[in-house]
Amino acid sequence: MRILYYLFLGIVFGFVMTKSEAISWYRIQEMFRFESFHMYGIIGTAVVLGVIGIALMKRFDVKTYKGSELNLKNKDWSVPRYLFGGTIFGLGWALTGACPGPLFTLLGQGIWAIGVVILSAMLGTYVYGAVRSKLPH
Amino acid sequence: MSWLSGSWHWSVSGAMIAATMFLLLYAGRTFGFSSNLRTMCSIAGAGKRHAFFDFDWKAQRWNLVFAAGAIIGGYLAFFVFPNPEPVEISASTINWLAGMGITAPADTGSSSSYVPPELYATDQIFTLRGLVALVGGGFLIGFGTRWAGGCTSGHAITGLSNLQLPSLIAVIGFFAGGLLMTWLFLPFILAI
Repeated sequence: MRILYYLFLGIVFGFVMTKSEAISWYRIQEMFRFESFHMYGIIGTAVVLGVIGIALMKRFDVKTYKGSELNLKNKDWSVPRYLFGGTIFGLGWALTGACPGPLFTLLGQGIWAIGVVILSAMLGTYVYGAVRSKLPH
Repeated sequence: MSWLSGSWHWSVSGAMIAATMFLLLYAGRTFGFSSNLRTMCSIAGAGKRHAFFDFDWKAQRWNLVFAAGAIIGGYLAFFVFPNPEPVEISASTINWLAGMGITAPADTGSSSSYVPPELYATDQIFTLRGLVALVGGGFLIGFGTRWAGGCTSGHAITGLSNLQLPSLIAVIGFFAGGLLMTWLFLPFILAI
């Protein structure tokens, strides 16, 4: 049954990302050219509601359905890791017009070329895993 | 039922993305899509070569199921409840793209209006431009997201919602990289 819960959430997420056009390469270019508020509206709404929701969950000590603490671990402090890694990610995001969620959602549209991007993103992750001890963290 | 097929307002979409995050937190999970790439490397056997992939990936199965759902959701939204209108972007973006020979969403014909055929038509896999954009772009995504420890869902949505400074730095990086690509490198790559 728990599998169905995650499957359902994933279906809703893919549906929303498609209907909001957030998975469109065109929307990503429009965002980085500051020629529409649309994408900023989506991310901004999610973050504002997210900040309020998580603050309320902490304030009222909301637990998971199992009664354990929420899975909100603090990220380790670093600047180069987030700045360099983030910038490299951003280059790929704007080039392909997709971040990891949309990569999978676009596959549902039958855009087979996106399979190449997914395989190559796996390769990028693999190479990171191979050289990570040499990178600043 | 027309609300199901038309495009959705940004506020509705933003609220539903936040709801997805809350429902994953309630289940004891966290909203982070790019972890799946690491899991997929582990399943493919990368743990034998590098310790980074030698972890109990079975604990991440829920996230793969979530990803499978995202594919199904994309299928349903595109084929079962299709939007009769093409992706609607601003006229200035269309003009800028037209100057580089990129088809506008309204003119993509029988292919999806979400992506330009100049990069995403299946035969582009075998052109130099397509290879640079698809293979190069994918590599940057996979390498960058793992180094940064998260992607748009993990940092921009979850991390910022939890007021984490590292996530803000990562998001600044996302935008620095995105602006560099769109304004500086993309015109050259599209001209290949």
